[in-house]
Parts: sequence; structure tokens; C-alpha cells
Amino acid sequence: MQNNASSSSLIDLTTCDRSFRHEVNERSGENVGLCWHCRTCAGGCPYVKAMDYHPHAVFRLVQLGLRKEALESSTIWICVSCNTCSIQCPAAIDIPAIMDALRHMALAEGVKIAQPEIVKFHEEVLGSIERYGRTHKLEIMMRYKVRMRQWFQDMDLGLKMLARRKLDLKPSKIDRPEEVSRLFTGSAEDGKH
Amino acid sequence: MESIKKMDFSYFPGCSLATTAKESNQSLMKVCEKLGLNLIELEDWNCCGSSSAHSLDQKLAFRLAARNLSLAPSDRPLLVMCPSCLHRLKLAHKVISENPEARAQEEARWGRPIDPGLKIMHFFELLSGIEPSRLEAALVRPLGGLKFVPYYGCMLARPPALRKERNYHGLIEKILSSLGAESLFWAFSARCCGTFLSAARPDIAVPLVNEIIGGAVKAGAECIVTACAMCQLNLEIRCTLETRIPTLHFSEILALAFGAKGSKSWFKRHLVDPMPLLKAKGLI
Repeated sequence: MQNNASSSSLIDLTTCDRSFRHEVNERSGENVGLCWHCRTCAGGCPYVKAMDYHPHAVFRLVQLGLRKEALESSTIWICVSCNTCSIQCPAAIDIPAIMDALRHMALAEGVKIAQPEIVKFHEEVLGSIERYGRTHKLEIMMRYKVRMRQWFQDMDLGLKMLARRKLDLKPSKIDRPEEVSRLFTGSAEDGKH
Repeated sequence: MESIKKMDFSYFPGCSLATTAKESNQSLMKVCEKLGLNLIELEDWNCCGSSSAHSLDQKLAFRLAARNLSLAPSDRPLLVMCPSCLHRLKLAHKVISENPEARAQEEARWGRPIDPGLKIMHFFELLSGIEPSRLEAALVRPLGGLKFVPYYGCMLARPPALRKERNYHGLIEKILSSLGAESLFWAFSARCCGTFLSAARPDIAVPLVNEIIGGAVKAGAECIVTACAMCQLNLEIRCTLETRIPTLHFSEILALAFGAKGSKSWFKRHLVDPMPLLKAKGLI
């Protein structure tokens, strides 16, 4: 799990990006320097097996200024922000807030995304919110499977859910969809929040 | 907390309870009716943003939550059923109540005031404020020693900013035991259910869910009782074990104990049929 390309070679600290951790701190409102690598986060995380770096190891990359390695890690996308780590963290670091910051930076900087399918899924969810103000699960799943070219994966499950009326054919919509859809136009880029 | 008598609440169902988990919504309504609580659905509520908004766009996540806050009348608490929606709404409300500039900006954006003192509460907080004697008085159909394991998922784990809020660990066990069910110990009550990875990366969610359900079976449970509707769905759809046990919404089992009508229509919507178990226990 911990074997990424960079661990096989020495880290050249002379080329590290010293501004990186300040950017991460500013975006997340957290202090990544507080992490002393006790690895409690990795011990509790249900997802470490699917990650290339353990959560604290991503923080080490940030502390060392290894921008590319941190932003291209799969960990930042596999993390679901369940907060299992942050309630156990002895330094009370909001670990998912830092993962959020790294996700936003990875998208903004156009680096290679380690888990493009997860980003596509999030995009489909946001697309649904933009269209209806709420999430329409059947449409999200159908559009996602088409984008992933996984035409038949979960089809039997989908049919079972339809038979049990767990999935609605029509979306649940808000009455004033324009109030929500305008948040997506990009013209609302004012303020800090 | 002061004891809760007959009261009006604004109610935020969230996307899961409005769609895939209608049975949780319907049973919650019955529970509240039996306890004399009046839920008024938040007018034109929108999705809280879920995991996807904060993962991709912080501002969007904040604004989606803020719109819901702007729709909430200030004269009554806002009740939220989904633990994840609760976090999104509470985090946004914390910013708004602590930062007048952010509040002014959102009030201007939505053209509506946002009450910095708005009380946002989870269903568990509501339940914990009700005297045990009132719950027992509402008991119509004792739960007949139904063996269950309580499943909170990530509900009990909160970001450090919300760390000082009260925690409701143990509430499911306490209440259902008082209504005649038998709570069992197990290792997975606070294990994350996989959330959106159940949809985006089923290969990651399946072993996780199997571990949870396998743990419940090993503990001798006849069913799992969940606090969160998304957990309930994930446990039902991503288990590939041969031995599976039903997963019930907390609200369903409460409504059943309170003698609510219409429960068969909720259980029909389950992918792992709880009817044989409930019949065997004489609960239906």
C-alpha cells in the first residue's frame, strides 16, 4: 500500500515546494504541521487497503513539500470523510478538511487524478443537484455507468431496487430550481465561502 | 436538556429519506405522531450537497447548506434525520453564526434572513429529550426479545469543529431495550458503511459491508438497526454473504413497537426481507 514510485528513491529536499503546506493550511483552515505521524488515523481508517498512501503519509508529503505526489495520490479521493480518523487524532486535526483542500487543489492545478471514476461520480451527483436541486439516484447511477462504460455492472441490482420501489423513475425536484442552478454558473465567485 | 412535550419542528428529510428510504420517512412520521410531535417539512428544501459538493467545491457545499438554513423559520427547531445532512447543515450554520460577514452575504444571496440562533437537531437529540416513561407509555407491541445490533456508522464521528456537541452513543440500545428488544455487543457499530463508494467503487464497499454483516451474524444478531438511511441501503445492496440478516431503520422498529399501522408497506421495500423474522417474533 505504501509503495509509490517516490518511496523507491531518495527524496530530494532541495527541490521541495516550501509554499505547498502553507497553501494547504490556508485552504483547509487546519495546520498540517501538527501531525507527528503516530499513525492512529491509518489504524482506524476502513479504507487504507484501497489507498496508495496512508492518511498521515499524505500529510508527510505535504510537510515535505512534495506537491505532485500528494495531489496525485489515490488517498485523497478514496477518503470518504467519515471522520473515523479525526475523532481518534490526538492532535485533533480535521483530516477530511485537509483531504478536501487537497482534492480542490488537485482539480484546480490539473494534475493527473488518481481516481478519475470517483471524480466522475461526484460530478454526476452535482449535475443532478444542478438540474433538480436534489439528487436523483437512478439517473446518477445510469449516467455514471454509461460514462464508465460499465453498461451491465449493477444492472441486476438496479432492477431489484426498481421492483422494490427503492428507486424512483422521476426525480424529486425543488419548486424554485433557478435558486440552486445559479450556484453552478460560476458567476457567483464572490466572498470567502 | 429540557423535556420535550408537544412541539412543532421544521423537518429536513434529505434526498435519501425523500426517495430510496421513504420507509424511514413514513415510519418517522408515525413515531412522531405517536409521541405528539408535529413535523413540518422545510419548504422547498434542497440537497445538503452530500459528500460530492464538499469534495469538489467548498463554496458550493456551503451555499447549498446555507439555502436550507435561509428557508428555516426561526420560531422552531430544525429536525434532521440524516447524520450526514446534519453535519453539512451544522457546519454551515457554525460559519454563519460566528461570521457576520458570511451571514450577511448569504442573507443577500437568498433574500431571506438566517437565524444565527437556529436550533438544528438530529432525531436522536429529540428522542433523548423525551422522558423514558413517555416512550414506555407509547409501547403497544413489546419487541419480544428481538436480538439486534445497533449500527451508528460514522454518525458518532464528527469533525473537530463539532467535537463538543453531545454524542448519542448508546441511544438505540437504551431505547429499544426499554421496549423489549435485546441489544448485543459487536465490533462494528461505528464502522463506516462505505458511503458513496458503494456506488462509485463497489469493489471497495463490498468487503467492508461483508465484514459488518458478518460481524453482526457472528454476534448472534437477528437484525441490524441503523441510525442512517444511507447506511441501511449500503448494508442491503452490497452484502454478498450467503447468510444475511435484515437491516431495519431505527424509526421502523420504533413505529412497530408503538403499534403504527402501515408497516408492511415499509418492509416490502427492503432488499433483505424482514417479514419472516418479524412474523416469527410475533411482531407483525
